[in-house]
Amino acid sequence: MIATGQTLKAVDEIKGRSLWVDARRRLVKNRAAMAGIVILAAIAALALLAPLLSPYAYDEVNYDIIACAPGWWPVETACTAPGHIFGTDSVGRDLFVRVLFGARVSLAVGLVATLVSLLIGVLYGATAGYLGGRVDALMMRVVDILYSLPFVFFVIILMVLFDRNFILLFVAIGAVEWLTMARIVRGQTLSIKQKEFIEAARAGGVGPFAIITRHVIPNVVGPVMVYVTLTVPGVILTESFLSFLGLGIQEPLTSWGVLISDGADQMETAPWMLLFPALFMAVTLFCFNYVGDGLRDAMDPKDR
Amino acid sequence: MTGYALRRILGAIPTLFVIVTLAFFMMRAAPGGPFDSERRLPPEVERNIKAAYDLDKPLVQQYFLYLGKLAHGDLGPSYKNKDFTVVQLIATGLPVSMRLGLSAMTIALLLGSFLGVMAALRQNQWQDYSVMGVAMLGITIPTFVTAPLLTLVFGIYGVTLFGHDLSLPVGGWNGGALANMILPVTVLALPQIAIVSRLMRGAMVEVLRANYIRTARAKGLSARRIVMRHALRAAVLPLVSYLGPALAAILTGSLIVEQIFGLPGIGRYFIQGALNRDYTLVLGVVICYATLVILLNLLADILYGVLDPKVRQA
Repeated sequence: MIATGQTLKAVDEIKGRSLWVDARRRLVKNRAAMAGIVILAAIAALALLAPLLSPYAYDEVNYDIIACAPGWWPVETACTAPGHIFGTDSVGRDLFVRVLFGARVSLAVGLVATLVSLLIGVLYGATAGYLGGRVDALMMRVVDILYSLPFVFFVIILMVLFDRNFILLFVAIGAVEWLTMARIVRGQTLSIKQKEFIEAARAGGVGPFAIITRHVIPNVVGPVMVYVTLTVPGVILTESFLSFLGLGIQEPLTSWGVLISDGADQMETAPWMLLFPALFMAVTLFCFNYVGDGLRDAMDPKDR
Repeated sequence: MTGYALRRILGAIPTLFVIVTLAFFMMRAAPGGPFDSERRLPPEVERNIKAAYDLDKPLVQQYFLYLGKLAHGDLGPSYKNKDFTVVQLIATGLPVSMRLGLSAMTIALLLGSFLGVMAALRQNQWQDYSVMGVAMLGITIPTFVTAPLLTLVFGIYGVTLFGHDLSLPVGGWNGGALANMILPVTVLALPQIAIVSRLMRGAMVEVLRANYIRTARAKGLSARRIVMRHALRAAVLPLVSYLGPALAAILTGSLIVEQIFGLPGIGRYFIQGALNRDYTLVLGVVICYATLVILLNLLADILYGVLDPKVRQA
């Protein structure tokens, strides 16, 4: 009797492993993805703490040290500015602070525009998938048409028309990126709506809007999360692309694209102006991509 | 098959129509027009200019006038480049952009799929990891960073290898000389090589696991024959559907590349036109780009139908 009781107790203590716990375990095991998360957190922290980390302001002009190399620069240069660890730019502003402020703008654009695309894409995709039939066909036809537009060109036109409005930049990029999101969510929704719990909800008298928001959307979180981590770097790239062409962020505010554009103009005499912002941006994009890949492998281990 | 192709072609027309309409009304929603300058023109002169370009008519009427001309292949005069029509400008720029784009695309497809197949055949070995690592670099480093960096290395510092000077010209078109093409095409192709190789690896890994490949192996076919005859044919399908997006990406990249290397393609006209509010020029270039992308998507769809009979029946 005693023995049986003990066995039962032992059985009780076994905990079920949910899919989420499994996924997290696989993610933690993925060294590239974990390194990516750590580095991204470090860059975000640097960007947030930027004003505390340097004695210089991001728009503090100093005409005595124009385009000077950092003190430790290995190659002989016309002038050096010790104390500016990334050197200075073409009007003598501290490049380290500017790269970090650029990180603020680039990351903010990346996150906000991704949120915009997430909101539009998830609602649109879930609605199309859930309603199905003619409505679905029509809604996805619209997505198909929009897909074949060269959208960056429309963003460029928009930015020119509305005088490089900062908020509009978020909206314009977000409005470009929601299409793929809508497709992914629709595909997931189509398979979810066949499940019993949806039928149960419908039998219980829950309205279609509540079913979409309360029951369908929470179940598409996995693939959406993967796509979000892959969208953020895409958005950062688009913003830098526009800024590089002079159509994005305006002075004295800055972003990585603006800095890279300035650096490219000066690269013969002051290569550090190109190298540091480019390095920060490349590392960030690299990390986002690895985290995205890691998440995908964690959620859907089939391809490993 | 002809019916399928015809259906796709007819399906492309509304898309083009949407693009023209959207671009037209977006340009006109802008504050400021092409003839607003610092110096105020006398009102009657301004009225005459506007009348000459139909800008005095109601917007909807302008739209239909534009559509009517477009149907005859007339994109109107350029507002800022006097004495040139938009069609003339595009005709001078398009060959340059096309040569750049097509070269980049060809290189990306060939090299990318070769690398991808190689990585798939050596899955989870060092060859796989190194190709995929480099591909990740290619995806994350944007065109506007690679272009100045390559210019710096090959143009300004100059590279000497075994006594040969490998320096390349960093700008200008020079009638499309090979040396002038190398850097721009490389810059354009790099990210696409990366994406294509990742796509190809993914597809190949999946195909190599399929039953019919196991059957082929069991029959004792050589590895080479299995890959070339059986696996590649199925693995190339995702690549075909990537053709359209690839062209769109290359066109976007060419905006940057033409700007940096100072090449006389239509990408430069687009940026100039957008900054100067040269409505007709911008509209013309957007329509031209959109047509190209739609055409290639169409081609890809039809090709897909040829390669995969399942699609045709649907």
